[in-house]
Amino acid sequence: MRSIALEAAHVTKRFGSVVALDDVSIAVPTGACVALVGESGSGKSTLLRCFNRLVDPDEGIIRVNDVAVAATDPIALRRRIGYVPQDGGLLPHWRVLRNVELVLRLNRDPRASERARAALSMVGLEPETFAERWPRKLSGGQRQRVAIARALAAEPSVVLLDEPFGALDAITRSELQEGFAALRKRLGMTCVLVTHDLHEALLLATHVAVVRRGRLEQVAAPATLVGDPATDYVRMLLQRARVAQLADAL
Amino acid sequence: MNILLVAALVAQAAVPLVETRPVVVASKPFGESYLLAEMFAQLLEARGLRADRRPGLGATEIAFGALRTGAIDVYPEYTGTGLLAILGEQPLGSSGAVFQRVSREFRDRYGVRWLAPLGFQNSYAIAVRRATADSLHLATLSDLARASRTLRAGLTPDFIGRADGLPGIARAYGLHFRDVRALGPAVKYQALAAGQVDVIDGYSTDGLIAKYDLVVLTDDRHFFPPYEAAALVSARLAANDPRAIAALGELSGRLDERQMRALNRRVEVDRTPVSVVARDALTSLGLLTATKADAARAAKDDRSLAGYLNGQRGVIARLTGRHIELVAISLIAAILLAVPIGLLLERSARQAEGVIRAVGVLQTLPGIALLAFMIPLLGIGVIPALVALVLYSLYPIVRNTYTGVRDADPAAVSAARALGMTDRQILRDVRLPLATPVIMAGIRTAAVIDVGTATLAAFIGAGGLGEPIVAGLALSDTRMILSGAIPAALLAIGVDAGLALVERVTRPGHA
Repeated sequence: MRSIALEAAHVTKRFGSVVALDDVSIAVPTGACVALVGESGSGKSTLLRCFNRLVDPDEGIIRVNDVAVAATDPIALRRRIGYVPQDGGLLPHWRVLRNVELVLRLNRDPRASERARAALSMVGLEPETFAERWPRKLSGGQRQRVAIARALAAEPSVVLLDEPFGALDAITRSELQEGFAALRKRLGMTCVLVTHDLHEALLLATHVAVVRRGRLEQVAAPATLVGDPATDYVRMLLQRARVAQLADAL
Repeated sequence: MNILLVAALVAQAAVPLVETRPVVVASKPFGESYLLAEMFAQLLEARGLRADRRPGLGATEIAFGALRTGAIDVYPEYTGTGLLAILGEQPLGSSGAVFQRVSREFRDRYGVRWLAPLGFQNSYAIAVRRATADSLHLATLSDLARASRTLRAGLTPDFIGRADGLPGIARAYGLHFRDVRALGPAVKYQALAAGQVDVIDGYSTDGLIAKYDLVVLTDDRHFFPPYEAAALVSARLAANDPRAIAALGELSGRLDERQMRALNRRVEVDRTPVSVVARDALTSLGLLTATKADAARAAKDDRSLAGYLNGQRGVIARLTGRHIELVAISLIAAILLAVPIGLLLERSARQAEGVIRAVGVLQTLPGIALLAFMIPLLGIGVIPALVALVLYSLYPIVRNTYTGVRDADPAAVSAARALGMTDRQILRDVRLPLATPVIMAGIRTAAVIDVGTATLAAFIGAGGLGEPIVAGLALSDTRMILSGAIPAALLAIGVDAGLALVERVTRPGHA
């Protein structure tokens, strides 16, 4: 039996009177990539942020590698988990290399520079060309590559991605998606990917979790989801995304 | 020697020696006060004592506050001012009675001593143009009351406000002017001469009364209390320095109003340097012996502005240096204080607005009031001036530091948090560098305000470019005002441009 890398058990989170997560349970096996799909406000980002304690649930338990996170130091936890935000979130006053070194330096890694350069090469950016660039001199796609390199530089076993390709144009997006899929296959890390794009979920994830109003509608492998939608909402989502053609391919 | 030079020398000798401290001679910021103080100082020097000159101290509160705390030893004051403004009592009786009253009260309350009066009164004088007096048959204030509804008054703000000023005479005489405008001492004579107003307040010994051939109306109901001029002496000097008291006493009873008006005229109208007029006056009173050099210097000074500035360039350079010192030290201190405050507020957003507003209130305090408030704590000179300047510089820096770090690129800040930076690291390594341009803009604002505000330092004897501005305003000397104002303006522009450069260099990711 494969071990469970990430687990949420009966997690509830309220923001004032709004219930963002309502008794959510999900388990992510080691090496899997779970896509959290849903509309904005569905609670998918909130769930993601529970795993590195950017959000602490009101009820329920979050476990990372079998350890309940409520008892762990959030700073140490976050340094062990990779994170890619939608807009890259690069620190504009640091050059590319310094950005990629961020977690390595926080961990006082003596080989920070070397490993950061390796991470840059891994995401397809030549360190010689890009290391000393300022973030604002990069294209949107390049910035997102740097953000991925930054998340992967310390070789975390878990990476959280919050709409990582959402702000890119279609061509750049598919380039990055392919690159990311290849990288994940090679490195085998556990991923949680938040997206509102069902195509992207089906393309990149081993499991798709459909989130609606703070609850999970269905958690399934892409082929199962497309072939056997569990609820009307999932069916409607599939129809709206016109994944029929894609279904044939799967 | 010029008053500016005197002031500059004084500023350099700011640290007094404990054993043989010079007699610190001060004045208030108007011509006659400058002149009398200079006469005191020269007389002391002629009798073998050292004098430290602090001319142009803010106003009555500041000069008297400094005397009371022993920061200065002597300045010329008027008995009426002592009675009304310092003791806060009602006007009473004859000049003799007033002198008795202030002598006793000042000794008992403050230990401060009035020396015997100099011999002349400088009371408020209500003046009109000779043509106005002739056509309306005005000789007394009662006559003026009769005609007042057709007349426009131009009065100093001070006079309009105080109970023994306009409100008092209006009640005593039934005055109702058609219009009352607040005019500074420097412009009211010109406004009267030009016919823009019909009535002004002045002082009975003003040299300009003679120059413009004005008619001073008689106070026929004796509303104004007697304002006898006298040396007001600190408790320390009175107790420890009988030679100084004796020297100052030589002037008692020696000056009358006619003489004083003539002397003031030489200062205010002819632009003769105060030191020269003082020396001439002392010489003609037989208190000093004349020298040839004095006669040569007594010539009227009517150089052009450029010529004047050129002649003063050494003094201006020194004052500019002092000004830069005041601005630099206070700005650095304000930065060291305000930036940490701004950063602390980022951690406690709930208190932030309240604290910032409180700092903002400091900004609204009038400079003179703040300086007067600090005299009992810090005396006069550079230290209270620096404290005041720091207080005035805090607000823009605190405000900009706080908003700068609070609003620092939210995407960058949230990514930094998500990747495991501590709040401290985020503040130091992300928010602070990202806020640098905003903080620098605050510092620039503070610096420019600081350059302007530092001119106030002159009111408290701290020197700087305010010195010629204050003296020039007091002596109605435009060239002197400009010799302080022009370098101050250039300095403000220069400081702003210099900091703009620093701001560009510190912009994150600027390369």
